[in-house]
Amino acid sequence: MAAMTTSPIRQAPGLRARKARRLRLIRWFLLLVFGLIFAVPLVAMIEFSTRSTDLTGPRTLEYWRQIVDYPDLISAIFASLELAAITAIGALVLLVPTMVWVRLRLPKLTRIVEFLCLLPLTIPAIVLVVGWAPIYLWINYFTPAQYQTSPLVLAFAYIVLVLPYMYRSLDAGLQAIDVPTLTEAARSLGAGWTTVMVRVITPNIASAVLNSSLLAVSLVLGEFTVASLLNYVNLQVAMNNLQQANAGVSIAVASAALLFVFILLIALSFVGRRRRSGGVVEPFPSGTGH
Amino acid sequence: MKKSIRGIGVGVAFGAMLVTAACSPPAKEADKPADGGVAAAAATSATEFGGLDKLVAAAKKEGTLNVIALPPDWANYGEIIKAFEAKYSIKVASASPDGSSQDEINAVKSLGSTTRAPDVMDMGGAVTVANTTLYAPYKVATWADIPDAQKEATGLWVNDYGGYMSIGYDSAKLPEITAFTDLMKPAFKNKVALNGDPTQANAALNGVEMASLASGGSADDISKGVDFFKALKQAGNFSKIQATSATVKSGNTPVVFDWDYLQLGHKADVPTWKVFVPPNAVLGGYYNQAINKAAPHPAAARLWEEFLYSDEGQNLWLKGGARPVRQDAMTKSGTIDAAAAAALPAVGGEPVFQTQDQVAAASKYLADNWAAAIK
Amino acid sequence: MTDTVAAADVLVGDQPSRAGRRLPLSWLGAVPFFAYVGVFLLLPTGIVVFEAFFTAAGQPTLENINALTTSVVIQAFIKSITLSLISALLGAALGAVLAYMIASGPPDGMTRRLWTAAAGVLAQFGGVTLAFAFLATAGPVGLITLAVNNLGGDLTGSWLTDLIGLIVVYTYFQIPLMVLVFLPALDGIRPQWREAAESLGGTGWQYWRHVAIPLLTAPFLGAVLLLFANAFAAYATAAALISQGGIIIPLQIRIAFTSETVAGQENVAKALALGMIIVVAIAMSLYAMMQRRSARWLR
Repeated sequence: MAAMTTSPIRQAPGLRARKARRLRLIRWFLLLVFGLIFAVPLVAMIEFSTRSTDLTGPRTLEYWRQIVDYPDLISAIFASLELAAITAIGALVLLVPTMVWVRLRLPKLTRIVEFLCLLPLTIPAIVLVVGWAPIYLWINYFTPAQYQTSPLVLAFAYIVLVLPYMYRSLDAGLQAIDVPTLTEAARSLGAGWTTVMVRVITPNIASAVLNSSLLAVSLVLGEFTVASLLNYVNLQVAMNNLQQANAGVSIAVASAALLFVFILLIALSFVGRRRRSGGVVEPFPSGTGH
Repeated sequence: MKKSIRGIGVGVAFGAMLVTAACSPPAKEADKPADGGVAAAAATSATEFGGLDKLVAAAKKEGTLNVIALPPDWANYGEIIKAFEAKYSIKVASASPDGSSQDEINAVKSLGSTTRAPDVMDMGGAVTVANTTLYAPYKVATWADIPDAQKEATGLWVNDYGGYMSIGYDSAKLPEITAFTDLMKPAFKNKVALNGDPTQANAALNGVEMASLASGGSADDISKGVDFFKALKQAGNFSKIQATSATVKSGNTPVVFDWDYLQLGHKADVPTWKVFVPPNAVLGGYYNQAINKAAPHPAAARLWEEFLYSDEGQNLWLKGGARPVRQDAMTKSGTIDAAAAAALPAVGGEPVFQTQDQVAAASKYLADNWAAAIK
Repeated sequence: MTDTVAAADVLVGDQPSRAGRRLPLSWLGAVPFFAYVGVFLLLPTGIVVFEAFFTAAGQPTLENINALTTSVVIQAFIKSITLSLISALLGAALGAVLAYMIASGPPDGMTRRLWTAAAGVLAQFGGVTLAFAFLATAGPVGLITLAVNNLGGDLTGSWLTDLIGLIVVYTYFQIPLMVLVFLPALDGIRPQWREAAESLGGTGWQYWRHVAIPLLTAPFLGAVLLLFANAFAAYATAAALISQGGIIIPLQIRIAFTSETVAGQENVAKALALGMIIVVAIAMSLYAMMQRRSARWLR
């Protein structure tokens, strides 16, 4: 960081150090303020879920303990986790090759692809569901009877719902690397298209891929409208059903779900980092006029 | 040239898919009929099917019943479902407990003949009458006990239970309500809530109608009720929060306009909950049972209806504070649960029931005026 | 350079040296995406838009479109757009600052992991749970309301169910969404560029003005559009919080669809949805115009 001794610097080294320290202080202060703002509603939720069951006694974890008494809830949790994985992977498989291909060969389609990827946001889920209902009737017709209540078919709808978020994230990532040069270099070395996608492009946009996967996972775990209107039971629907029967347990489950997703996402972030340090060739940054 | 051919091709393909998707897939094969009787889906009574025992056997074979929009603390449905499951070993799958009546119809329409479609529905008056093409006619064994005005002649729909609109409040936090106009006092700032939006939910529409009766209106005239809520909003006392058992328990909605049998559920959450029915503003309303014509479990659906209209089912509703439709007949024959009947909230005045036309007129008035009134 | 490109061309296409014929095969690469989107996005949209022009009984009509011109609906559109715009701008500005704070730390540090995970959780934290969390915080008996009242204030918590309350609640999940969407763009700014700018004698301000901001403008505007569309179509949280009146369009759609008391309004809901699509299409074209202008900086 201080290896600037050979080039003419305008600022004295002491001034630079002081500026750096001030920036670090500002950074910590702002992060703390944001952290407090986001923590307040979460604290309120946890406060409600630890109240005593008859409004008069001391704080208790009774509601949390009661979570295991609801087997429907546990199965809904697992179903939602599977859905999240299927959706994230399915959407990546659909989007990454398409976006790379459009950049390379079909640049005129960029606007169309962008519009299509933004469309799911403009139509509220409550209305898209009306359009999905006849399509899902056909899907149900082809599903064997024992799987008909499984909410995993929601993946078809969820992939569409995550498109806008993933597109934006992947687009930013692809914009930062030089896709044509990378692909031509790989192809001229004899790589097939699959190798190009999986082993050349993806590791370079690892940050974007991970971020978009996180977006997909958190969207699927938090999605309520589509599942409830298509009459499937996922995590949010199960939690909402519980809200009427036992509000304390419902809020406890919501807090537990948030905590769980939080830990899951931290764990996922460790998975991503290892690949990045695998020594992938970085292209020339496009802004320095090489 | 190539572009326009491609465009036309895409358009044709799209149109074809649109038409295909709009049509439903072919329906599955109908059930085989029980020996000597009509198929379960076509049976209009237990005798036609071959007797109650055969119905029970066929229902057990189906093994599941799909119900919808039945919260466990609504008129004691929690206990009713458990009792049915225990008695017949049939699993009851309860979907969307907070759904409205229209949600039930939407589910019936969107789920078609899949195994997840609702078998039976419990709905408010306006929605029931508007969708009779979706129901299968069925007359329960105790059909004769039900007054003619409370059932459809061929058995497409039947009243099941009812109650009176009331105001529940937390007496520990608020002064006692002795008159309807007490609600305008400053102590009630941002505390008075309805159970839903009157342009959407039956319970809320009846809440506004009750306010109208209490403010000098009538079954034909809901405008006084809308004016009351407008004044309430201007005084700052009207809360837009959706009243649920969670908000009642947490204290966010300490005053709720709701059916008297639902106030029982609130009382379980908040021991100091009291109920007030304005004298001379007694508005009653019944809900209705109907069987889905395309029910995936037709025998179980009919068995459920038999259970609900049996003495056992009717008394369970009574235990939940609702007035079952066979109450008069059961009181006469002595099969009523006397203790539960005595525990019903007292009614001070002649009850008013709105006809379908009056409900339609009230809905229209609300659709035009409610949003502007509570802005 | 051109030699390598030509060599690559020869190896890439299956029909070498016939540049004109490569087009049909290129289209194949986009087919899976368009097929999937066609069936699962365009078809449902088509069904909805198509049925907006029919009554519940199946007769073609413009009645549903006329319902869009009533003052209640127009008010709802204005409120929806205001809510979406303000929460998008606030969310984008604050989110960009937060994202910068996160990105300027060590890329493998615990702070970054914690904040990214928190953003992932909070970005989709919505619906009944978020509504309840805010009620528990700022509602009639919320933590903050009670604390302020104990100190002598007189809050009733009724602001939470008005437009201003929705803006606050929406911004709460817009900021983390912005962080998630904007971080990759910030990661694309390499530290070498800053060092290069400084070694050429530029100040921090000049670096920002001539290097970083032009590069970040396009992703930033894209993110604002995403946040706007996200807020505009958001339904679950508002539905859980406010049960009275449809002050924003998605709630109006709910009323039309699920009303127990006014039946046969489903196609009005589809007309409302058509209106929503038009609004976002306008937003998108504004974005395209802005992007073309800012692209001038980059080339």
